[in-house]
Amino acid sequence: MNLIGLAFKNIRHQWLDTLLSVILLAFGLGTVSMLVLVEKQTTEQFNKNIKDIDMVLGAKGSPLQLILANVYHVDAPTGNIKVGDARIVTENPTIERAIPLAYGDNFEQWRIVGTDQGYPDHYEMKLAQGKTFQSDYEACIGADVAKSTGLKLGAPFLSTHGLDQAENDEEHAHHHNYTVVGIYESSGTVIDKLILTPVSTVWHAHEDQEVEEAEKPSEADTTLAVEKIVIKNNPPTMRKGPLMMLRPAKERKASPNDNKEVTAYLLKKRTPMAQMILPNLIKETNMQLALPAIEINRLSESFGLGMDTIKAIAMVIIALSFVSIFISLFNALRKRKKEIAIMRTMGASRIKVFMLIQLEGILLVIIGGALAWGLSRLGLSILSQQLNNNFHYTFNIKDGSIQELYLLGAAIIAGIVACFIPAFQAYKMDISKTLSNE
Amino acid sequence: MLQTKSLKYQYPAGKPLAFPDIHFSNEDPALILGESGCGKTTLLHLLAGLRTPSQGNVLLGETSLYSLTTSERDSFRGKNIGVVFQTAHFIPSLTVLENIMMSLYLNGKVQDQNKAKAFLDRVNLFHKAFQPIRSLSVGEQQRIAIIRSILHEPKWIFADEPTSALDNKNADQVIGLFMEMTKTVNAQLIVVTHDNRWNGIIDNTVRL
Repeated sequence: MNLIGLAFKNIRHQWLDTLLSVILLAFGLGTVSMLVLVEKQTTEQFNKNIKDIDMVLGAKGSPLQLILANVYHVDAPTGNIKVGDARIVTENPTIERAIPLAYGDNFEQWRIVGTDQGYPDHYEMKLAQGKTFQSDYEACIGADVAKSTGLKLGAPFLSTHGLDQAENDEEHAHHHNYTVVGIYESSGTVIDKLILTPVSTVWHAHEDQEVEEAEKPSEADTTLAVEKIVIKNNPPTMRKGPLMMLRPAKERKASPNDNKEVTAYLLKKRTPMAQMILPNLIKETNMQLALPAIEINRLSESFGLGMDTIKAIAMVIIALSFVSIFISLFNALRKRKKEIAIMRTMGASRIKVFMLIQLEGILLVIIGGALAWGLSRLGLSILSQQLNNNFHYTFNIKDGSIQELYLLGAAIIAGIVACFIPAFQAYKMDISKTLSNE
Repeated sequence: MLQTKSLKYQYPAGKPLAFPDIHFSNEDPALILGESGCGKTTLLHLLAGLRTPSQGNVLLGETSLYSLTTSERDSFRGKNIGVVFQTAHFIPSLTVLENIMMSLYLNGKVQDQNKAKAFLDRVNLFHKAFQPIRSLSVGEQQRIAIIRSILHEPKWIFADEPTSALDNKNADQVIGLFMEMTKTVNAQLIVVTHDNRWNGIIDNTVRL
């Protein structure tokens, strides 16, 4: 027997009295713990994927949507832009690199993105197997896609039109036959969740579809026509002026791909001037430039506000749990007076009984903390499941944060404070009076 | 050896209690007799160092109990004194065996389980070793309280009305147990009681 063992047995003996305190504490700590992990992991994800992408060029619409769709691949794209129109930006000397992204299809709800080698290179992707995509309908798949779909190297697969439609949705079935030529190593970036193919694949796939759809006029056709008119009415304007950085539009040679469409370009700027010059160049087009850092900041702020509210509620629950611990130990002590007096009679010092009550409080906090750990992981895995169903994003429940340890430390200190009065009462108890019922 | 000198105690709202000087020069069992309400329990608490007298001192062997600091007195009491109260109190979260071994733990002595089990066997409660305390009858609890006060081999054992709540059969058992066990560990037994069944068993008597 030792003091910790005795404290533990005492807690076990009066578990019903302390159950509420422990549950409250576990819920409070668990909620904060879960939020800490959600914040940490989303920030990590955001930062990892934003990596050196200074701007995103895409169709007008919500800039946040443009970022979410093209950097994180969680939202629907804002629309398409013409390669020719975009050249005013992508070939601008202030831009160091422009990575095209063309959407349209999916395989079992994993997005197929037409792009060039610059995209995987940007995220420093390494091939676990096979080679990089080069010709039409060759695809390199991310680690999560490979794991979920079971696609192997050399395996053929059929795409489905749209971003999220189910594969057997006949309306959107394309049945383009892709072949897996490469599988990337897991990188923790968004590429893990994508199927990459040359841009030309997407163009060809959709040209085929347009031919098909031209034969039977549909709603989509009308939409396409409207889009074309809009584009025609808003030709990209090139401002003439003293800006030496800009090449007049006339000098640009027409390219055979000018009429092709992409969803967006991820841009890395060469000079900070890009941010000042480029928005003006595309002012009167259907294109917009969005800055991931700013949009994500804006998102985090509103996201953070919600998190802070939940955190504040959790903190109130934690505070209540300490009040509850205090009350239950205080009440328990009244029942246990004789027990404490007997211990003192048998030679236990005042300090020893003080320590005993303190230890009981600390153990309660530790039990609450352990339950909180389990609850936070459970919550995170439920959240992760939901997120995975909707966006193919997951949370890592094996992850931990140093903040959780700080939280437990703070809770233990609060536990010591909450137990101080009952412990002190045990300390100053008069053995003789207690035993004589005075 | 036990000696008291002009021991007095004043309850905040009561008449002052003055106790006759007591002097037990040898280690034979001793009996302090007195009617209810004459301050027997108060005297026992004073003798065991549980309550500080308003005046006077208690000498146990060479030790002057009230010249010690509170913590020294706690430690001295733990090592050298065993107390059996009228009503036995235990730590309800512990088993019977753990309860009696508490005195060993609290005094930093070797927690010899075999010795504790042998003591339990002596009071025919070996089979209850791992049972919770609440599973014992009052008589059994009293026997457990006795061996708990003796297990750590103190020099003095104070018993406050240990038999007054028991029937004759149980009282005889308890008296026999006290006499035998205190002899085993060489402790002096001091019983404070108004129970006449102790008369004739212990000669060394003080009447309050």
